[in-house]
Amino acid sequence: MRHALLFSVFVVASCGLAYELIAAALSSYVLGDSVTQFSTVIGTYLFAMGVGSWLSRYIERGLAIRFIQIEILVGVIGGFSAVILFLVFAHLSGPFRLVLYGLVFVTGMLVGLEIPLIMRILKNELAFKEVVSQVLTFDYLGALAVSILFPLLLAPHLGLMRTSMMFGLFNVLVALWAIALFGRDSGIVPAAAGQVERAAPMALPPSAASFLRAQCAIALLLLVGGFAFADKLTALAEEGIYADQIIYAESTPYQRIVVTRWRDDLRLHLNGNLQFSSRDEYRYHDALVHPALATLPGAKRVLILGGGDGLAAREVLRYPQIESITLVDLDRNMTNLFAKAPLLTALNQNALSSPKVKVLNQDALLWLEQNPDMFDLILIDFPDPSNFSLGKLYSSAFYRLLEKHLSATGLAVIQSTSPYYARKSFWCIVATLEDAGFRTAPYHAYVPSFGEWGYIIAGRGTFVPPAAFPVVPRSFDAPSLKALFEFPPDMARVPTEVNRLNNQVLVRYFEEEWRRVMR
Amino acid sequence: MAARDALSAHPADPQSTHPMDRRRFLTALSAPAFAACDFKNGAPEFKGAVFGPAMALGHRLRNNDFPAPAETRNLDIAIVGGGVAGLSAAWRLAKRGIKTFRLFELEDALGGNSRAGSSAVTPYPWGAHYLPLPTRESVHVRALLADLGVLKSGIDSDSPVYDERAIVNGPQDRLYRNGLWQEGLLPRMVAPKELDQYKRFEELIERFKQSQDLFGRKPFAIPSLLASRDVRTTSLDATDMRRWLVSQGFDSPALHWYVDYACRDDYGSLSRDTSAWAGLHYFASREGRAKNADTHAVLTWPEGNGFLTRRTEEWLQERVAEPFSRNSLCAKLVTGRGFAEIDIFHADQNRSVRYRCKRVIWAAPSFVLARVWDNPPPPFRPAVADIQTVPWLVANLHLREPPADTGPAPLAWDNVLYNSNALGYVVATHQVLRVRPGATVLTYYWPHSGEAPAAARKRLFDTPWPEWIKAVLADLKRPHPDIAKILERIEIWRWGHGMPQPSPGFLNAPARAALANLKGPLVFAHSDLSGMSLFEEANYAGVRAADLA
Ligand SMILES: Cc1cc2nc3c(=O)[nH]c(=O)nc-3n(C[C@H](O)[C@H](O)[C@H](O)COP(=O)(O)OP(=O)(O)OC[C@H]3O[C@@H](n4cnc5c(N)ncnc54)[C@H](O)[C@@H]3O)c2cc1C
Repeated sequence: MRHALLFSVFVVASCGLAYELIAAALSSYVLGDSVTQFSTVIGTYLFAMGVGSWLSRYIERGLAIRFIQIEILVGVIGGFSAVILFLVFAHLSGPFRLVLYGLVFVTGMLVGLEIPLIMRILKNELAFKEVVSQVLTFDYLGALAVSILFPLLLAPHLGLMRTSMMFGLFNVLVALWAIALFGRDSGIVPAAAGQVERAAPMALPPSAASFLRAQCAIALLLLVGGFAFADKLTALAEEGIYADQIIYAESTPYQRIVVTRWRDDLRLHLNGNLQFSSRDEYRYHDALVHPALATLPGAKRVLILGGGDGLAAREVLRYPQIESITLVDLDRNMTNLFAKAPLLTALNQNALSSPKVKVLNQDALLWLEQNPDMFDLILIDFPDPSNFSLGKLYSSAFYRLLEKHLSATGLAVIQSTSPYYARKSFWCIVATLEDAGFRTAPYHAYVPSFGEWGYIIAGRGTFVPPAAFPVVPRSFDAPSLKALFEFPPDMARVPTEVNRLNNQVLVRYFEEEWRRVMR
Repeated sequence: MAARDALSAHPADPQSTHPMDRRRFLTALSAPAFAACDFKNGAPEFKGAVFGPAMALGHRLRNNDFPAPAETRNLDIAIVGGGVAGLSAAWRLAKRGIKTFRLFELEDALGGNSRAGSSAVTPYPWGAHYLPLPTRESVHVRALLADLGVLKSGIDSDSPVYDERAIVNGPQDRLYRNGLWQEGLLPRMVAPKELDQYKRFEELIERFKQSQDLFGRKPFAIPSLLASRDVRTTSLDATDMRRWLVSQGFDSPALHWYVDYACRDDYGSLSRDTSAWAGLHYFASREGRAKNADTHAVLTWPEGNGFLTRRTEEWLQERVAEPFSRNSLCAKLVTGRGFAEIDIFHADQNRSVRYRCKRVIWAAPSFVLARVWDNPPPPFRPAVADIQTVPWLVANLHLREPPADTGPAPLAWDNVLYNSNALGYVVATHQVLRVRPGATVLTYYWPHSGEAPAAARKRLFDTPWPEWIKAVLADLKRPHPDIAKILERIEIWRWGHGMPQPSPGFLNAPARAALANLKGPLVFAHSDLSGMSLFEEANYAGVRAADLA
């Protein structure tokens, strides 16, 4: 009995620490800034344990029953904590912190209740100094075991969801074991030599034991189910991130494509990031295409890099002088989807099936290196520079390569993230283009789904905005266009470094700036 | 694991893209330098192979077991050895308008320790893989880089402009420690006291960088022959790097690891086996800058320094008629007054020719010279015998996709392992301009330091090579548990004499003097001249020899 209880102290302690680590890891994953997350979570947890210990004085009778019930409760709450946090983050972004600290507090408090209870149960068997020394030893040993296993084995191999479910299972198994221990009919423990054997004071009445067993069974069922369906739960969490109905979802080798619909609004998400909303995408593509193309009456050959949704191509096709559009997009699934799915082809007006459009599913960088073709207009609609591979697409080396494909009077237009939310990133792209020898004309447009968005026209000469539009954009005309090339003080140029392959500063700027926005 | 015939692992024709395959057909020279087998432990199946200079050839050289020369020819200048040193000597001669030379290389390809292989996916290094930004003293390295199109402008300036594609792309390096990858090589998450030591160490190095002797020489110049002879710094050669650290009050385990790593990376020897002068040289000599790169940047290419040797080879081929004889081994050397005779065994013709030369530039390792030189001055052999060479094992892992890991630092160019006898690996496709991460080659470096070099060499060759492959994979499975699943092929190369070890005392040892003082018909050009196996040293030794010849 004594060894069994000490072992359960070990398990209880390790489970407690595991929940704490999971909560801290999850919150640094979701909120960033791991130092703050870890220290506040650990602080809250320790404080809650103190509260639990203090509360334990109010439990006077039925120590064994309470211990077992607390154990089951910790198992269920702790076991599901990762799932709960994930779902809360996905569905209701507001109360995430509230739920986080609430959960940490409740588990901490329950674990804090347990240790004093065990001590009191054991005090009938051991001298006080023995109780304290042995219980605390096992408590700390359990913590040690998990703190080593968690980063090395558990988090990388099981993932956070399964790890938390697994520890929940451990808690419940300890509860079951305790029921068996306390519920033994004999309820006799061997006493020290010379003493009379006496009934264990903690023995459970049979009725209570079977009631507790039923509770355990339910908890076990829940946790085993959760463990098995952890992947499904992740998907459920994902659905919450997209508030609308998902009408298409696919994981391609390059990205996760999700199309959602709400009433007449179609939205495309790549890797969870909104790419367009059909309600206001025209503003985005107006700005990407028309200011440059309206100044190029002689333009015949257009290159689009990225832009597999065909929406930029749709705008370009409105100019009758255009003879060919080459569209290079890495992801075949993406261009197929936007060439075939009726809802989407209605949106891009079948642009990808136009005889003028040639779709190439290749790596834009490799293609530019291997292909000698020249173009009058190059539209660059790459994903934002959120990692080092994408950062290469905004580097001085890339823009030098691009320059080789631009005809004498040709222009390139680059979507360049938001000059409002990511001001340094935006002006870093401008500086990089200039370093590569381009003259630049930065401008911005308001797209309600994104906010203020930035673009840069790059060419060999000074860009003069068009005096008139042969094809009429919906979101601006020649007079109102002027304002787009002006930057108010909160978006005005800031000094930045040049984004080189060697320093990849843009990725660092971008991460810094968007992290601030997300918080 | 089933040992199969060498050819079946590469079902392609013998002229397949892999240059090493051809080695196998170099029949006359050796027992197979190449063997292969399949590994089938569990579902994923990958192929393994081993390469390296054949041992049988070494034996043949030792016993001088070659046909007698069938004829004698005259030659103005002979260069023996086609590594960085030999190629640099040839380049320097050609630049000075001297084209009456011939370079003899025993292998079927030039490059020596900087040679490279290639696959359908990418070229990759078999040895040297990077060059730090050249300092101002490295005038010849800069001139060579300018000739090869790597240095674009500002050759005499503090910060020249280099080809952006050759400058290492970010992220440059990361370190695997305590189950996670961190950015940079200096261990993070250490005690504050250790951070203080990092800072103090950096300040000490900075002071060495700034100082100059009475003649304006830097204490740790690269090339090292131009370094100050001031006894206040050369006396550092009397102690080893580890002891020096301790004597300066450094006890941070992380700093000790970092310095040990640096010694193993540059010289293949542990800090306790490395002269403190050489150890400090690593940190204090590399202060080259570029206008278009960060200060700690290096130059690198998918095939490593094999890019430089290949481009030098091409540069020479465009300017000099028949500059090279490959498959040509120097088996004997006799020096006379104003001439030297070398016996070259042309393996592809299975015959020997004696060349009577006005000058011989020796750009092969010193231990080979000691073996083939018939009439050296008496102190030469014992002096050179002091040079110990550390064996290296290099493995190339051909992967179907980049390896997955825990992060959080993403895959970098140089990926270093904290608790490993090996250094870690570089990623051949890191410099390739592409977005989609795809198939790649990892080059894993393992200097066999820590035991007597001769014993380590014996173990390297006596242990069956599939065991080495298993050891490499076991090490890499720590950060990448699933690596075997994406492994297409793994090849290892055993460099028996990888690098000379700059042990304490090397700076003033008779060996350096014996090699540097060779004059007359025979001059010494191999990087052994400096005792430090580095591109800059090999280049300088080659240029110096060309100017003396
Ligand atoms: C695994 C490894 C990694 C390295 N990494 C780096 C690095 O990243 N950066 C760096 O700067 N340095 C590195 N080095 C050091 C490298 O040795 C030097 O940079 C440089 O390549 C040495 O050139 P070398 O011409 O002096 O000598 P070698 O490369 O040894 O050239 C000698 C040549 O002589 C030939 N030869 C030998 N005997 C005969 C004979 N009898 N007849 C004819 N030819 C003969 C050999 O085949 C060889 O080609 C590395 C070395 C190794 C082994």
